[in-house]
Amino acid sequence: MRQLVRIASWLYALAVYAFIFLPVVVLVLFSLQATSFPIPPFTGPSLRWYDAVLSDVRLTSALVNSLLVAFISSLAAVTLGFLSAWGFARFVLPGSGLLRGLITLPLTVSYLIIGMGLLVLFNWAGVPKSLLAAGIGHVVINLPLCFAIIYSQMGDHQINIERAARDLGAPEWKVLLLITVPVMAPAIFAGFFLSMTFSWDEFVISFLLTRFDTTLPVEIWNLLRSGLNPKTNAVGSLVFAVSIVLVVFFELTLLRRKPA
Amino acid sequence: MSAPLVDISSVSHRFGQHTVLKDVSLKIEPGSYTILLGPSGSGKTTLLSILGGFVTPSEGKVFIRGEDCTSVPPAKRPTTTVFQDYALFPHMSVGANVGFGLRMQGVDGATRAAKAREALALVGLAAAFDKKPHQLSGGQRQRVALARALVIEPAVLLLDEPLGALDLKLRRQMQDELKAIQKRVGTAFIHVTHDQEEAMALADHCVVMNDGRIEDEGPPERVYARPATRFSATFMGESTILAGTVTEATDRTSTVATPVGAVSLPGALPVGSAVALAIRPEHLVLGTAAGGVRLGTAGVSDVVFQGSFKRVLAASIEDPSVQFIAKLPATATVQPGDTVAISCDTDRIILLAD
Repeated sequence: MRQLVRIASWLYALAVYAFIFLPVVVLVLFSLQATSFPIPPFTGPSLRWYDAVLSDVRLTSALVNSLLVAFISSLAAVTLGFLSAWGFARFVLPGSGLLRGLITLPLTVSYLIIGMGLLVLFNWAGVPKSLLAAGIGHVVINLPLCFAIIYSQMGDHQINIERAARDLGAPEWKVLLLITVPVMAPAIFAGFFLSMTFSWDEFVISFLLTRFDTTLPVEIWNLLRSGLNPKTNAVGSLVFAVSIVLVVFFELTLLRRKPA
Repeated sequence: MSAPLVDISSVSHRFGQHTVLKDVSLKIEPGSYTILLGPSGSGKTTLLSILGGFVTPSEGKVFIRGEDCTSVPPAKRPTTTVFQDYALFPHMSVGANVGFGLRMQGVDGATRAAKAREALALVGLAAAFDKKPHQLSGGQRQRVALARALVIEPAVLLLDEPLGALDLKLRRQMQDELKAIQKRVGTAFIHVTHDQEEAMALADHCVVMNDGRIEDEGPPERVYARPATRFSATFMGESTILAGTVTEATDRTSTVATPVGAVSLPGALPVGSAVALAIRPEHLVLGTAAGGVRLGTAGVSDVVFQGSFKRVLAASIEDPSVQFIAKLPATATVQPGDTVAISCDTDRIILLAD
């Protein structure tokens, strides 16, 4: 009986993981297809579709755009998130709880709503549809995330460390730069890499806010309109690979604890 | 006498509704080792924070070297603090920690390293220069914090319960070293503690605090032998306390009626005034002492052997609310349940204005 339960629980676990990962496995597998359709039977392996992706100027420039937008918007989000977390953790502000709630609120709003809101706002303010506009959109969605991660790690035990630095003659900006940022580095890097991941495969906001130069997810969507093709599998696999790398960095920085 | 190094003048402080310091005035001499002694909540740590510049007092002024420092930020005043949790910078090496204050002063790298090494040698940690704080033991971190605070040559070094996190043996050892280091560098140290043994061992000047006020201050020998208030008589060492009323007074002696009998004391006191008498445990005699004053009889309730002596608790037969605390030689044969006469040398009775 006990044996049976064990087997059943293993099967269940297997089913769960299959459910999660089968689509990805299929995507990656058929990106290696040698023939023109990403459907069984598998005819590969072949790298011809990867070759096609990398020689497609539209796709490679979208890839570079995506990386740029992800990097710069994450840098902005993590900087603003850190500063607001530091402000909330170190100073007594009127209505601190309410303000903290407001700053994390965008996490609960759908990207579609945020994207539409920004579209209307930018229209009104005369900001043209561009990578910059999409980047600002990504800061809007990632700032609350960076704030939440960094704020959660900003405990009282660092207060005395900052006081000690001030006591030894450090002006406030040096306290931040030389003490708080290095001490908070794991949370800051975690926030940065998670923002990169989210920005990297964000579609809705980029779709609404870019026009000629666009990001990779939007370019993939354009590609999909002309039907399935192993090239879309190949570019999807590339996106997936980059996401994996970013998530691994995130896990390494947040979850690896330094000995105290 | 020269001007005091630190002059705290009528400082009061409130946290919201709660008053933690009530009109405290204190002068600190250059080169002295001052201990702020008191139970938690007595305001001693707040007073230290005010000296360090982390708290600006609600009222009153703080002068350091004659300059008004009341609202000067910590970075700009000639004090440094050794924090209770040491507050070392975890991402920097020990050498960089110690050199941090010099770095903020714009001292170049080579001079900084040389001075940091010197300061580490002073605290006996010359070999730890390249280590990280987490590789050190509690006692070693404590020394690094001390070196870091001393290297920029402050006028006053503030220590917030610096030995609180160490075990007893290490604490006694660090205590001796602190005193030795203070004598060597000659900087004024102000040290907060709730440990009266630490206070007696270290202080040149002992300040007993309770409930936001200074109860007593002076050399620890004086504070112990002649405490000014009932609180300092019981907090700085133990005492038996007898409440009484003055019934008779001549020019030279006064008679005080206590629950355990009349006690005659030197000195004229106003008749009818309420007083408290304190007697240190080592001055109580079990049995009748020649020339001493009798304090009735008492039933021994507890005898605790403490190595070099026995601590005896006894309740007075005349008034069971009076608890005698006595310190007897380890060879004493007294046992719980014994009924003994209690007496004391008149000179040893400490008169407290109640």
